[in-house]
Amino acid sequence: MDQFIINILFVGASFALYIGIAVWARAGSTKDFYVAGGGVHPITNGMATAADWMSAASFISMAGLLAAGGYANSTYLMGWTGGYVLLAMLLAPYLRKFGKFTVPAFIGDRFYSNTARLIAVVCLIIASTTYVIGQMTGAGVAFSRFLEVSNTLGIWIAALIVFLYAVFGGMKGITYTQVAQYVVLIIAYTIPAIFIAMHLTGNPIPMFGMFSTHTESGMPLLDKLDQVVTALGFNAYTADVDNKLNMVLFTLSLMVGTAGLPHVIIRFFTVPKVADARWSAGWALVFIALLYVTAPAVGSMARLNLLTTVYPDMAQQTEDYDAAAQNPILYEDRPGWIRSWEDTGLITFEDKNSDDRIQLYNDDSDAFADKAEEFGWEGNELAVNNDILVLANPEIANLPPWVIGLIAAGGVAAALSTAAGLLLAISSAVSHDLIKNTLNPNITEKGEMLAARISMAGAILLATYLGLNPPGFAAQTVALAFGIAGASLFPVLMMGIFSKRINNRGAVAGMLTGLLTTLLYIFTYLGWFFIPGTNMLANTPENWVLGISPQSFGALGAMMNFAVAFAVSSVTAAPPREIQLLVESVRYPKGAGNAPHLSRH
Amino acid sequence: MADDNTNAAAYWKANVRTILGCLVVWAFVSYGCAILFRPLLAGIPIGGTDLGFWFAQQGSILTFIALIFFYAWKMNRLDAKYSLGE
Repeated sequence: MDQFIINILFVGASFALYIGIAVWARAGSTKDFYVAGGGVHPITNGMATAADWMSAASFISMAGLLAAGGYANSTYLMGWTGGYVLLAMLLAPYLRKFGKFTVPAFIGDRFYSNTARLIAVVCLIIASTTYVIGQMTGAGVAFSRFLEVSNTLGIWIAALIVFLYAVFGGMKGITYTQVAQYVVLIIAYTIPAIFIAMHLTGNPIPMFGMFSTHTESGMPLLDKLDQVVTALGFNAYTADVDNKLNMVLFTLSLMVGTAGLPHVIIRFFTVPKVADARWSAGWALVFIALLYVTAPAVGSMARLNLLTTVYPDMAQQTEDYDAAAQNPILYEDRPGWIRSWEDTGLITFEDKNSDDRIQLYNDDSDAFADKAEEFGWEGNELAVNNDILVLANPEIANLPPWVIGLIAAGGVAAALSTAAGLLLAISSAVSHDLIKNTLNPNITEKGEMLAARISMAGAILLATYLGLNPPGFAAQTVALAFGIAGASLFPVLMMGIFSKRINNRGAVAGMLTGLLTTLLYIFTYLGWFFIPGTNMLANTPENWVLGISPQSFGALGAMMNFAVAFAVSSVTAAPPREIQLLVESVRYPKGAGNAPHLSRH
Repeated sequence: MADDNTNAAAYWKANVRTILGCLVVWAFVSYGCAILFRPLLAGIPIGGTDLGFWFAQQGSILTFIALIFFYAWKMNRLDAKYSLGE
């Protein structure tokens, strides 16, 4: 059967499943709409959280990031998982006990301040919108590659599917589609990974295969990979990093950012009990880790596979890498998967030295330049987009066409599940925090439900528009979304639970400090509002203060948030007694669901 | 009421202590073994590389999972001990 038909069948079947769930899981009340009725099993929620969390970037780009950066990019692996430890211990159980529907609701109530509530809404909307654009464009890429439709049509189809289950089902529809999407995406990710691990190492478990013997050379796989990449002028795959301060701060920024992202936090409002929130965080990380411990294996193996495809002599055990390097394959003899990705423009070839062979090496390396000249090379000839590694895996490993169909459905599932979670966070902040809690407190249950649906539809349209016309900041998800969530939201949420002394003024000052210092540092290097050419300093390591990159600043922003909030609170009046009682009540599981109703509510 | 308060305060103290213990391990495996102490662990080979690399790409994630489940288990016991569960 034609590959195109198979892809349509797989993606179509997954859509039929999501729409079936949408029909079954319609929201009947605002509690259904915001927190899926609050009765989701902790393991179910763990699975939904994993799909909510693992975006198009996790599914498609992470293995490529690891393949390109090796050890240095371990930061993403640790950062995007370590945040769950913070979430499980410092936020999720207490916010579940608080028993409200949104993150700004806790900040507004705990700090008895509508200013704090509004700052939280603004931070949430900036972080989530930045994040959702990447999901829409990711879905567009997956559609256009596998379903042969235009990018624009792909984004519209994605928007329509999310519309069907998110507008009618709210969190309830989203939760159960996310479970289905998790199953699709994890199967799609692991099957090709198992095959490539078997192919290279004979070990079917990728996370073990990565640390075992490369069959063809009889050497440890990572050892072989280090030798091959260094023979071509690249940094060793496992090489240590010099700038450890930046590595630590970047990892910490990703961790506090992960813990502070509202679309993840609200997933923990859907479980019945406080204890369930704790277990559920553990399950979420188990389901996430299935992909995250596989990704480094996919990255390292795909890199080795690519290089030994170009330089077949490097695959065997050899002492003479220079000879192997001078015997790359003829362009004519390139395998079929390189040909099919050339059609998409994600692999390009230019025969710079007109020898009809492919040279793939690091032409940025000064140390390697002499050798390249000696070999008669005139620059790297094969440009490979890192994002294709996961998508091309089934073709590289010669897997049957249905696996490619599965990958197509998996990529779309990863993008849609994260988009839906983000859209719910945005729309509930608008309908619950802005409309119900600020503008029109007397709105009826039915009125709020309608407002929630309209906000959701509006958020989807906005995301679609931005996906079709990505603004400059769309590429800055890591710096902007994680920076703001980590520097602004995470610290006040934590202080709101662990300190009774932090008051309204302290929280507002802290959030603004975290938000503004982080934005200032990012804008200094990436341009004011990311407008090219408006940056005050070039974004190069020499210019960074103490070698701290703009993406790593979130952790420092968070520290300043803590410091300012403590300082301001200590010179202003302590929170009123009812607030101190509220803090007490979120600390103890007893009586969940009966959180005290406060005057400002 | 006073008894309730002392009981609740003791529960909270035990919780904070548990969290601190977990976060020490959390920081040790990620910031410690995987990043800062990697040169010190360079002598311990594991599958073609060193222990620090393994912690950075596998070990820290596995430890995080163990920490969350330990915390959930420990807190269930504290909930019961102080009769503050649901």
